[in-house]
Amino acid sequence: MNRTQIVDAVYDACVEVLKVDRSILTETTSFAEDLDADSLALVEVVMELEEAFDLRIPEDELEGVSTVGAAADIVARHVEAAA
Amino acid sequence: MTADDKTGTVALVTGASGGIGSAIALALAAAGHTVAVGHRSGIEAAESVAATIGDNGGQAMAVAIDVTDADAVDRAVAQVEEQFGRITVLVNNAGITADGLFIRMDEDQWRAPLDTNLDGAYRVTRRVSPGMVRNRWGRIVNVSSVVALTGSAGQANYAAAKAGLVGLTRSLARELAARNITVNVVAPGPIDTGMLAATGDERVEALAAAVPVGRLGKPEEVAAAVAYLCSDAAAYVTGAVLPIDGGLGMGH
Repeated sequence: MNRTQIVDAVYDACVEVLKVDRSILTETTSFAEDLDADSLALVEVVMELEEAFDLRIPEDELEGVSTVGAAADIVARHVEAAA
Repeated sequence: MTADDKTGTVALVTGASGGIGSAIALALAAAGHTVAVGHRSGIEAAESVAATIGDNGGQAMAVAIDVTDADAVDRAVAQVEEQFGRITVLVNNAGITADGLFIRMDEDQWRAPLDTNLDGAYRVTRRVSPGMVRNRWGRIVNVSSVVALTGSAGQANYAAAKAGLVGLTRSLARELAARNITVNVVAPGPIDTGMLAATGDERVEALAAAVPVGRLGKPEEVAAAVAYLCSDAAAYVTGAVLPIDGGLGMGH
């Protein structure tokens, strides 16, 4: 599992949950400012990723996650830890 | 789920083998919901409720769900989802009493109604709500009691649990409002059920006399309110506490 695949999965989750156009997504895209996602929507994105990667990301790690890239970082860390 | 298409909604009612719960299951089925009739040990009664719904042209199943056990809740919800699909209407009705004067109430007696009536609602709602969020439509009704707001001598544990449901409901109503999920409370007064009869004739008579309407309520009268709150017509009602108590709790 490389980083490109993980970022792709985060894009997929954003498209699925937030119904946004995939072409506007980059690693610096802000959930709140660019995608108009509230805190519940962010949790939904994370739940989608947990399901995709069969992970459980603790609640306290989600604090401060504001961009697509930051979400990919957390997933990458957990994927690595599980490997 | 579109605003005018309620066919295909799947409702789970806990504690639905008798009393208020079975009336709710029947009313939801009559309103077009597919209904999972939850029970703890009353399998025959729950199956009979499901059969009645089937005889009336509706769709229902009985499902064992002990709300004090998170694993049992998980299994029950999975079973309903496999049979009918995602649960989008939830009525947390399962409840018990363990009455006694507070000064002699030990911790087990205190905990029992909290574990079933309040923690039970947590367990089932926690299991079901992510699906509702995904579905972008849902209805949750928590069955509280008039005593949540008035208090009741001999029922400190029960009243605390039922009052807890109000705080749970209103917080969830805020969290889930943007996903077209409403969360409401019904607060029945004395309703003519086996659970009330068990408190003794004298107490039941005194209760009925204290109600402005002058009689006990019927389970169907609670069920009608729940069916309304679970309908599309109630989309603008959330975080509400709806008393069905013959006027007993007025002012609270």
